[in-house]
Amino acid sequence: MMARMPEASPNAVFVARGLTKVYRMGEVEVQALRGIDLTLYRGELVVLLGPSGSGKSTLLNILGGLDAPSGGEVYYLDHKLTGASEIELTRFRREHVGFVFQFYNLIPSLTARENVAAVTEIAESPMRPEEALGLVGLGNRLDHFPAQLSGGEQQRVAIARAVAKNPAVLLCDEPTGALDSATGVVVLEVLEKVNRELGTLTVLITHNAGIADMADRVIRLSDGRIADIHENAVKKPACELAW
Amino acid sequence: MKALDRKLFRDLWHLRGQVLAIAAVIMGGVATMVMSLSTYDSLVSTRDRFYSEYRLADVFASLKRAPEPVAERLAEIPGVERLETRVKAGVKLEVAGFSDPITGQILSLPDVGEAQLNRLYFKRGRTVQPWSTDEVVLSDTFADAHHLQPGDTLAAIIHGKRKTLTVVGVAVSPEYVYQIAPGAMFPDFKRYGVLWMGRNALATAYDMKGAFNQVSLTLARDANEQDVIDRVDAILADSGGTGAYGRKDQFSNRFLSEELKQLRTMATVFPAIFLGVAAFLLNVVLSRLIALQREQIAILKAFGYSYAAIGAHYVKMVLLMVLLGVAAGVALGTWFGQGLSHVYSETTFRFPYLDYRLQPGTVLIALAVSALAAVSGTLVSVMRAVRLPPAEGMRPEMPTRYRTSLVERLGLQRWLAAPSRMILRHIGRRPLKSLLTVLGIACACGLMMVGNYQKGAIDFMVDVQFRQASREDLALAFIDPTSGRALHELAALPGVDFVEGYRDVPAILRFGQYRHRAALFGIQPEGRLHRSLDSRLKPVAVPPGGVVLTDYLANDILHVKPGDMLTVEVLEGSRPVRQVPVLGITRQYLGVSAYMQKESVNALMREGNTVTGAYLAVEPGSEAELYARLHDRPRVLGMVANKTAVQSFYATIGEFILFYNLVATVLAGAIGFGVVYNSARIALSERGRELASLRVLGFTRGEIAYILLGELALLTLAAIPVGFLVGVGLVGILVVAFQSELYRLPLILTPENYAMGASVVIVSALLSGLLLWQRLGRLDLVAVLKTRE
Ligand SMILES: Nc1ncnc2c1ncn2[C@@H]1O[C@H](COP(=O)(O)OP(=O)(O)O)[C@@H](O)[C@H]1O
Ligand SMILES: [Mg+2]
Repeated sequence: MMARMPEASPNAVFVARGLTKVYRMGEVEVQALRGIDLTLYRGELVVLLGPSGSGKSTLLNILGGLDAPSGGEVYYLDHKLTGASEIELTRFRREHVGFVFQFYNLIPSLTARENVAAVTEIAESPMRPEEALGLVGLGNRLDHFPAQLSGGEQQRVAIARAVAKNPAVLLCDEPTGALDSATGVVVLEVLEKVNRELGTLTVLITHNAGIADMADRVIRLSDGRIADIHENAVKKPACELAW
Repeated sequence: MKALDRKLFRDLWHLRGQVLAIAAVIMGGVATMVMSLSTYDSLVSTRDRFYSEYRLADVFASLKRAPEPVAERLAEIPGVERLETRVKAGVKLEVAGFSDPITGQILSLPDVGEAQLNRLYFKRGRTVQPWSTDEVVLSDTFADAHHLQPGDTLAAIIHGKRKTLTVVGVAVSPEYVYQIAPGAMFPDFKRYGVLWMGRNALATAYDMKGAFNQVSLTLARDANEQDVIDRVDAILADSGGTGAYGRKDQFSNRFLSEELKQLRTMATVFPAIFLGVAAFLLNVVLSRLIALQREQIAILKAFGYSYAAIGAHYVKMVLLMVLLGVAAGVALGTWFGQGLSHVYSETTFRFPYLDYRLQPGTVLIALAVSALAAVSGTLVSVMRAVRLPPAEGMRPEMPTRYRTSLVERLGLQRWLAAPSRMILRHIGRRPLKSLLTVLGIACACGLMMVGNYQKGAIDFMVDVQFRQASREDLALAFIDPTSGRALHELAALPGVDFVEGYRDVPAILRFGQYRHRAALFGIQPEGRLHRSLDSRLKPVAVPPGGVVLTDYLANDILHVKPGDMLTVEVLEGSRPVRQVPVLGITRQYLGVSAYMQKESVNALMREGNTVTGAYLAVEPGSEAELYARLHDRPRVLGMVANKTAVQSFYATIGEFILFYNLVATVLAGAIGFGVVYNSARIALSERGRELASLRVLGFTRGEIAYILLGELALLTLAAIPVGFLVGVGLVGILVVAFQSELYRLPLILTPENYAMGASVVIVSALLSGLLLWQRLGRLDLVAVLKTRE
């Protein structure tokens, strides 16, 4: 996976050039991404904004090594992700990426603590699960099963699970999509805190423009293309958001 | 413990109902295999040990009479290691309180020292005292059947003279592991017995002083058996030898070998079918179970767990189920195997001891087959889930593209309410999965039919044999070939309705390289009592001048067809060798026979109207008196009554097969339930969200139950006719595999077989439906709305 990144800005974490993605479903072709050029930097909080179907998840999954683009290149630091083998991608995800999904995707038969442990056990220098759960404010819910937790709490367990291995990047796909706005704010506060305290590059997908105010940068996707990149002069704290 | 391992145990616990059902399927397959193979191995190892410890001879010969010095000439034949002569007498026996005719054999024991060959294992009592005149040792089968103990007495008619004998011991002989009266089809321990007496006492009573009429010998390591046999025959030719023969033709051993061969087939075919079907079901069930885990697999993948680690996790999970099933199967199979071995050694064969033996290889094969089936099913599913594009794996399952079902396209939807349409569309949405479910349930149905097929088959065989072919009430054997006039005397006895004479000669039938040692049976061409049947089981007359063979004897043993010339080496009298044409083939399920017209046999032997026995039709109610009269006739040696033969069949071979049958039925039932229950449970898991959502929308429990159980019911009903076909196919395999000299199973399936097959499926479905109904009541609606899993 060793390769030189095209534009060696010292702070660049991800560099994507000319990314395209075509889904083929029988006769029909869906152009999910139509040429994306993008650089993401160390420690920033980026919001990916766009209507449903604009290609946000597709982009995130490609960055996270879950999916391969149809064309173009992606670099993570000095690793080239495009063309990497499944084994290399697995190692990449294991060592560097934390995922948070819209539907939490906790393992139902494991408690909160064990859900986090499932990841820390295969990580190199993880936090203790208790510590990670403390970080998301669930230090008192360690031994609850997912079914015994509210949606917001489940999502916070999922965040704890994602950050517990001290990943370099945190990729969140509509983490508040299934939550009411009050609960969503709590979850966003946790993400904000992780980004601030651990300096983790955080990419947050939403189709909710209100959330964009908490970002360092807002990238707008539309129909598989970047419509606009915008830097917030002042970041709004998550607790002041509403939608 | 690792978090993943914890997940493993919690998942297993959560799925415990299904885990148990899957384990039951494996258990059924494994238990069948362990039971059958361990029984086979036990009997073979017991036989080998018994034969060698008690020195069963290698070659045997019977003759009319030879003076003792002839034995020295026999012993000098190169290749003979040890040789022993004996006196053997056919006798009639009387036991106080038992009025049926009893026939038997008395063999001599040396007066000095122990027997060199064919030694006795004493279960009770002792051997006869040297030079004693009235002491006998009984075979344990006969002693047990009449509850005779050392100290009791019985009478024997030896050479026409009645003699009272005192029992001193009860023993088992390697020569009589399988005991059956000459001419009888099945063992009958009450009416046939083997006894041993001191040589001097027996020779005196049988007029054999200083002579012998039996030789047995063992061969040196490098001896050529056929060579020795030929030389023995040459020496005994003048003494009325009826042909020496090796172990392979020794009566008890031949039956034992045939029976073991049969058991070996059973131990291969049954487990192959059971384990094969179980493996298929396991594969189907597990792949569906794992498919349900696709979201979790997608998350594990996103965490960075490697494919190998994810695969290993699920493999571990199913291997635990396999281990549970195999362990239960081995335990149950061992238990059944011990039971079966005992049924065997108590009803059919007599061994002094039983070395129960479960070979590690048997367990390993069972484990390997189950594990392979389970792991392959699992890995296929895991691979499919792992390969899924992550966006798809993680996201709520894509709304599946339903299509209107065929029924609707035919325009029948007017009669179908929405829930019924849902059922049809759901089945139609995944036709392959529905097909596999139907096939799985059908296999369970077919297995059940195989499991209890044999009972009907045996009833049919007995019916053909005793009500259509051998319709006589009583078969008599004379001591020697006798003039046909004796038949008139028999016909004149009170209670005798009808008499047919027969003439049988011991012979070796030869065609090319194939040979068969059997009796050539001369019967009345258009007999009313003893008849041969054609392939449609209709009686056919035996044509003059040639021989008619049982289909199995013709096709599978001698490889002859009508028109071929058979070489017949008669083993009696001047031992002529004749060419006889094969004129026809008859159907017979039990044993094999070579029939000729009685006159043709007489002509072959260059003799007048001679018979060796007779078939009698007896007036009901007059049996006891007739038996008594026949018993008193010195020329009448053996008597076999058909009714008691049938009874003894059911008590011996029948009991064993029915035991097997029962076990197979129980195991097939376990497999059947395991499959149906799992199919139902998986359907619930697959559709839990959908059904809960319907509940949220206001559907009642009854309405969603209709959707879920309606599908199960429809698939079950569709599976039954398919199951019948599977059953017929499996039984067909069994029939072909089971052909042997002893019996051929007919391809007969009774209505009960079909009913059993259908009912295991229906009962399992009803039970599973009931369990599902309870689960539907506990469907957690809130949880479904809250989370994805
Ligand atoms: N596995 C797939 N197969 C086919 N089309 C897909 C698949 N995943 C996404 N798409 C299509 O690609 C486009 C972008 O999807 P996605 O990245 O999920 O959008 P977003 O996350 O912005 O809502 C959509 O039109 C969607 O239908
Ligand atoms: Mg999306």
